Amino acid sequence: MSAFSGREIRVFLAAAALALAAALPLADQGYYLSLAVNVAMYAVLCTAWALFSGPTHYISLATAAFFGLGAYTVGLGIDTVPFAALIAIAGLVSAIVAALVGLATLRLSGVYFVIFTLGLAELTRQVVTWLQTNFTTGVGLYVFTDLAERHIYWMLLALGAAVYLSGWLIARSRLGFAMRIIGNDETVAAHVGIDTAVSKVLLFMISGAFIGMVGAILAPRFAYIEPPAAFNPMISFQVVIMALLGGSQRLWGPLVGVIPFTILFDFVSGQFPNHTNLMIGAAFMLVVYFIPNGIVGVMERLRLRLGLRKTPSASGQEKAA
Amino acid sequence: MSVQPAISVTQARKAFGGLLAVNDVSFEVAPGELLGLIGPNGSGKTTMLNLISGALKPTSGSIALGGQTISGLPAHRIARAGIARTFQLVRILPSLSAEENVLAGAVFGHMRQWGGEARRAARDLLARVGLGGLGATPPSAMTYIDQKRLELARALAGNPRVLLLDEWLAGLNPSELKTGINLIAELRAEGRTIIMVEHVMDAIRSLCDRCVVMSSGALIAQGRVEDVLSDPEVVRAYLGGGDA
Repeated sequence: MSAFSGREIRVFLAAAALALAAALPLADQGYYLSLAVNVAMYAVLCTAWALFSGPTHYISLATAAFFGLGAYTVGLGIDTVPFAALIAIAGLVSAIVAALVGLATLRLSGVYFVIFTLGLAELTRQVVTWLQTNFTTGVGLYVFTDLAERHIYWMLLALGAAVYLSGWLIARSRLGFAMRIIGNDETVAAHVGIDTAVSKVLLFMISGAFIGMVGAILAPRFAYIEPPAAFNPMISFQVVIMALLGGSQRLWGPLVGVIPFTILFDFVSGQFPNHTNLMIGAAFMLVVYFIPNGIVGVMERLRLRLGLRKTPSASGQEKAA
Repeated sequence: MSVQPAISVTQARKAFGGLLAVNDVSFEVAPGELLGLIGPNGSGKTTMLNLISGALKPTSGSIALGGQTISGLPAHRIARAGIARTFQLVRILPSLSAEENVLAGAVFGHMRQWGGEARRAARDLLARVGLGGLGATPPSAMTYIDQKRLELARALAGNPRVLLLDEWLAGLNPSELKTGINLIAELRAEGRTIIMVEHVMDAIRSLCDRCVVMSSGALIAQGRVEDVLSDPEVVRAYLGGGDA
């Protein structure tokens, strides 16, 4: 075919796409950049979410909790600590909370885990509100920085690249292999010597850390941080819907869902601001009923069906070999 | 006692509510021995195996691997300590290739390997159980005996100190059965310590050094295969009367 292997071509394409995305602020600093920040934010959130929820099939609604913790880390430290350090601290705080939550709940299965994570976001919000009303002067925090929209955008792109690189590395590690086995059959996983609880908690920590860092990066965009906005449960739901729409079984799956959904959501919230919840609800039902494995799942089924027509020759080769 | 037993089960008991599935069972397995665990359906054989592998925790009593107590540990710790098993209803990992199925045992088991070394070991094991060259095959496309071979290769991949086979020969046709028995005989000749739960009497007779007989959760006999099988109590419990 060509002098380049499939992997080299893919790495080149990914780098080219990243460079192209990074050049966007040069073309527009207004509406399209703002939309691109939303796309980048949800792309990182959904991909980080799917790092954990894809292989484990645990639906986590804790996104808002980690996101809010990240935003609050910045809100509390912005006057005294460098912004870059705050992003790192936000990741660390989220990872620690993820570890605690994971150890307490990952032994629970299915629906119990979903409810707990939903409750966690609400609990964190209430605790933060309580702390602020009792120990500080107001409920909100101001975040004033010199960072413009484009800086936030570039930071999100860089974080996105880090998430993809992490996902790629995890897939090639013992942890990634363990997760594939756990996803297939947890009993077998335990009996071949995998500590299923520790594997799941580790992955939940990595996923949570990235989500917390997104919250930290977006804090300057909010300018004023208060619990209902930072711990908004809609973030959790939107992340689940977009990731499932794209498909959580492939690293690049969530991105396929994020781009159309974010653009559509932007349009709906602009034209019909009172109907966004309706759209989210309808989208959720459509995804669950019609494309449970996401767009990527549909694409792979089509490819498999096309591939099946070619199998006579392929199986012939196998027999010959 | 001269040699420390590979496995010693002491007064193991497992109660599910009011049902005593395993009732104060004690036995030992010497290193390199192939022990048959037999008994009628529902006698507690698989439960006994689950207690050893850590799938279930004993209600009371203890189980030791080479002198080290393993009862009460989670299954993954027991697997790492050196006990590998196959399952009564074959459990393959459907979305993984055949080679990856075996790799699972090599990467996380008793003797851990990673990378090219582990892949080579997995390929060798596939060849060893008669699946040479089928590494890329999806296991769901395999026949029942090939899936069983695959599961055996996975169990062997961690080079376990003790291998537990739960009705590994069940459901095979006569020619497959012969192949299966030969394979287990080879493992035995290698010096592996094996406990096999089995209904196939030919296999028990030709393979086992000793056997343990359970009935209604209790151990009713143990010893050399021909002695045990002619024990009147075993004949009554196991074969349901004088038709042996």
